[in-house]
Amino acid sequence: MNYGVVSQEQLEKIDELLTEKLIKIGVDCVIIIDMAGNIITAKDNGTSKYDVYSFAALAAGNFATVDAMAKLVGEQEFSLLFHKGTDCNIHFSKIDDELLLISMFGKDISLGFLRLNVVETIERIKRLWVREQ
Amino acid sequence: MSFINLREKIVQVKIVYYGPGRGGKTTNLEYINRKFSKQIQSEMVSLKTHGDRTLFFDFLPFNMGQIKGYDLKIQLYTVPGQVKYNATRKLVLKGVDGIVFVADAQEHMREKNIRSLNQLHENLRDYKESIFRIPLVLQYNKVDLRNQGIPILPTAILEKDLNSKLKVPAFEGSALTGYNVPETLKKIISSTVISIQKKLL
Repeated sequence: MNYGVVSQEQLEKIDELLTEKLIKIGVDCVIIIDMAGNIITAKDNGTSKYDVYSFAALAAGNFATVDAMAKLVGEQEFSLLFHKGTDCNIHFSKIDDELLLISMFGKDISLGFLRLNVVETIERIKRLWVREQ
Repeated sequence: MSFINLREKIVQVKIVYYGPGRGGKTTNLEYINRKFSKQIQSEMVSLKTHGDRTLFFDFLPFNMGQIKGYDLKIQLYTVPGQVKYNATRKLVLKGVDGIVFVADAQEHMREKNIRSLNQLHENLRDYKESIFRIPLVLQYNKVDLRNQGIPILPTAILEKDLNSKLKVPAFEGSALTGYNVPETLKKIISSTVISIQKKLL
């Protein structure tokens, strides 16, 4: 699959979905990146400002490392990652072999609720992607 | 693979500095970071060991302004040069658009330069890329050491060792003093942008 160029329409639909399913429930910032560290799209709640470009590079590296670890223990992949902080948490989830959804959120949302929404978002993004191909 | 955002008109380009350990890849990025601070909006990210060797990569985002109405965002990466870190080097090469090969011009590094370039060739092949097709610039770093009486390989020998088949642009350089560091960067950016334009048109 070629992710090199994404149409404006595709991006708008994905952005709508991210806002609806994740930003509205209280996620501070959502980023979709590819495994090379490029940002596909980023949405935030208007108050959080992160350096998303450095973040994407590190996140892609992080995920690649974890993928290599999975192979070492005989797993196909670890499809999600969660980092817990005092005020900020980060949740990484694989959309497919090339794309990664990253959510940064605070203390006000439970991890379970976030995960439910992430799963639904990913399914809808996948459907959107297939339809557009 | 570069990523193009048609809505926000942004092109993201990934350029990787590759080469043998202690050859000056990180020093290239550090010089660029100091020299072009106006075009760099965020901090350089370095993942290194306690001994200051690159462990995973360095990352420096660099704004090139606009080309044909598109904002050009250059992402500069380095790889760890030490032989044992090839798995990490390969990870960083994923989706690369252009490469600067930083060779160490000291005489005793001759063998290591060749080995590193050969490994780059193999690593790219694993991603179904080719060293003969990807935009590539060579930098023969540390030529300033010549003035301190340290044996440095003549450029003709470096050219013969590394560039006789590739025939790509090559610069003598000194990452520490900045000699030809901007020139190397400009050359790889222009070759990469031309190659992306060709792929798209």
